[in-house]
Amino acid sequence: MEKFKTFKGVVAGVDRANIDTDAIIPKEYLKSIKRTGFGAALFSDWRYNNDGSDNPDFVLNKPKNKSAEVLIARNNFGCGSSREHAVWAVAQFGFKVVIAPSEGDIPAFADIFRSNCGKNGLLTIEMTAEQVDKIFQTLEKEPGVKATVDLENQKVTVHSASGDQEYAFDVDPVLKNKLVNGLDDIGLTLQYADDIAAYEAQH
Amino acid sequence: MSKTLFDKIWDAHVVKELGNGEVLLYIDRHLVHEVTSPQAFEGLRLAGRKVRRPERTFATMDHNVPTDENRMNITDPIAKAQVDALTDNAAQTGVTLFPLGDNRQGVIHIIGPEQGIVLPGMTVVCGDSHTATHGAFGSIAFGIGTSEVEHVLATQTLRQKKPKNYKVEFTGKLQKGVTAKDMVLKLIGIIGPAGGTGCAFEFCGEAIRSLSMEGRLTICNMAIEGGARAGLVTPDQVTFDYVASGNRVYAPKGTELEKAIDEWKKLTTDEGAKFDHEITIDVSDLVPQVTWGTSPGMVTDVTGEVPALDAVPEYSVADVRAALDYMGLEPGMKMTDIHIDTVFVGSCTNGRLEDLREAAAMIKGKKVAKNVRMIIVPGSEAVRYAAEKERLDRIFVEAGAEWRYAGCSMCLAMNPDKLKDKERCASTSNRNFEGRQGKGGRTHLVSPAMAAAAAVAGHFVDIRKEG
Ligand code: SF4
Repeated sequence: MEKFKTFKGVVAGVDRANIDTDAIIPKEYLKSIKRTGFGAALFSDWRYNNDGSDNPDFVLNKPKNKSAEVLIARNNFGCGSSREHAVWAVAQFGFKVVIAPSEGDIPAFADIFRSNCGKNGLLTIEMTAEQVDKIFQTLEKEPGVKATVDLENQKVTVHSASGDQEYAFDVDPVLKNKLVNGLDDIGLTLQYADDIAAYEAQH
Repeated sequence: MSKTLFDKIWDAHVVKELGNGEVLLYIDRHLVHEVTSPQAFEGLRLAGRKVRRPERTFATMDHNVPTDENRMNITDPIAKAQVDALTDNAAQTGVTLFPLGDNRQGVIHIIGPEQGIVLPGMTVVCGDSHTATHGAFGSIAFGIGTSEVEHVLATQTLRQKKPKNYKVEFTGKLQKGVTAKDMVLKLIGIIGPAGGTGCAFEFCGEAIRSLSMEGRLTICNMAIEGGARAGLVTPDQVTFDYVASGNRVYAPKGTELEKAIDEWKKLTTDEGAKFDHEITIDVSDLVPQVTWGTSPGMVTDVTGEVPALDAVPEYSVADVRAALDYMGLEPGMKMTDIHIDTVFVGSCTNGRLEDLREAAAMIKGKKVAKNVRMIIVPGSEAVRYAAEKERLDRIFVEAGAEWRYAGCSMCLAMNPDKLKDKERCASTSNRNFEGRQGKGGRTHLVSPAMAAAAAVAGHFVDIRKEG
């Protein structure tokens, strides 16, 4: 896995809650046996018209968003099917970060999706509903606005024309360590091969 | 300290604490299907790694296989590539495969229980969110992503944090015509699609105890639709009888089984164990449920109406509006006035023998309404054989329904079974997401008996009033 480095990129917002993995990548695109080539399928039911042409109204088709690297949406993002293809599609489109709000009991991200993100170097950032509202308002006024994401210092800075907006975020220390150092889970676990063998011997 | 059932099974599978709440969890059973595994096997090969314990992994093809007579000749080249890849990967690694054409092939979550692969007290994973199904045995079962599939193949473990415990108690006795499917839809309607996020549900109470294994599998299957990765039920005599019955090739037999049952009897939640969340639902006056929207929590009584935009607490007005636009419905419409074009009976939620019996009982001697197409897709080839032995296939065919071979079929429409744009379906599956059953297709989730009754009437009906 590549190391997660601080970067500055365009923020694009899909203003919906409960975006499920069927919407992120419809099943027609799940038939590949490869791990690449999913970026073009991201949100395809929304992104393309029935004849395959681009739907100009969809946010990722706006010229300013074509190279977006920060995706923002509403809560319970990535619910539904466990397909990791959804994460591959988000990442291969070019996104490095997904931001969503948690509201009361409703989480920002669905469990499996969030876990899959971590395994693919995609950072999920949970913010409050007010913070996400504010970023959406900024996007409304300034499409194509950029943000700097600094994982080391756990900080997102949205570079609005009216001044920088800073958002601190929490991150699971285990995940942060993996992302910052680009560590591969399987390699890490294989260091415990003796413990696994000992467990198997006992059971 | 008193522990929940979930805690006990979890603790018994911890290989090592990794710090920060993460543990290395041993995995007893790994189930694999053709869609989420090719990249995992490829990753393993590229890294020069081997499958650590091939005898603990079981595979089948279910998601994209055709279910008609021509099923052995997959014409979609990409689907065929996935099926072929799984065949090759199983042969190369020594993983057990139930291939297309084998009499044990079927939806992965139907065949696990059926073959005795999944047993009480186990940890079970699969690259599929409906793995929660297997929790019905009193096991920890959850869906994983493809990177984790690769991790399990390589290490027979997963790095995990323990979820919270969420107790879901169903009290009272179900009325005739009301089923496990209605119970779980009701639950999701109350807590919403994210209500159980970060948790494992423990389903308990009188109404769970009186369910068959099939019913418990249906409820655990949809734990994920309530946001939980896992759901489980304390094993009891119903569980033990299920394991001892039928042809469960991989389950222990004779004295081995007796010894195992003695151990399984210890799998209970201790008196006074703490849960992080609790909910109690009385099912005594539960009415058959029908979904009206594009999320499983958008559900109501068959006797009810499509709700007003602002009358659905778990969803915003905008979400409800978008759902109703997609579904072609308006607030205030009576559920029984909704007409359907297609009926799908099958899937890992409701594709077991008991489900087919319920649907057959409802449709016996009647006809599928004109302009309605009904397909019955047994969850596994074993279910198909058993149903044919009871001549259920005849009942369906005589009523005008199509009788198919096993597979996921119209549950997710990756094979040729799809809804067309704006077609409306009464489906016994588990997801009513936009496009789930085909682009533009409109899905209403119901129980098998409700689906069959809708097929006959051409619209939803309250089956409590039927014969
Ligand atoms: S039947 Fe449906 S939900 Fe079940 S495994 Fe197949 S596609 Fe998934």
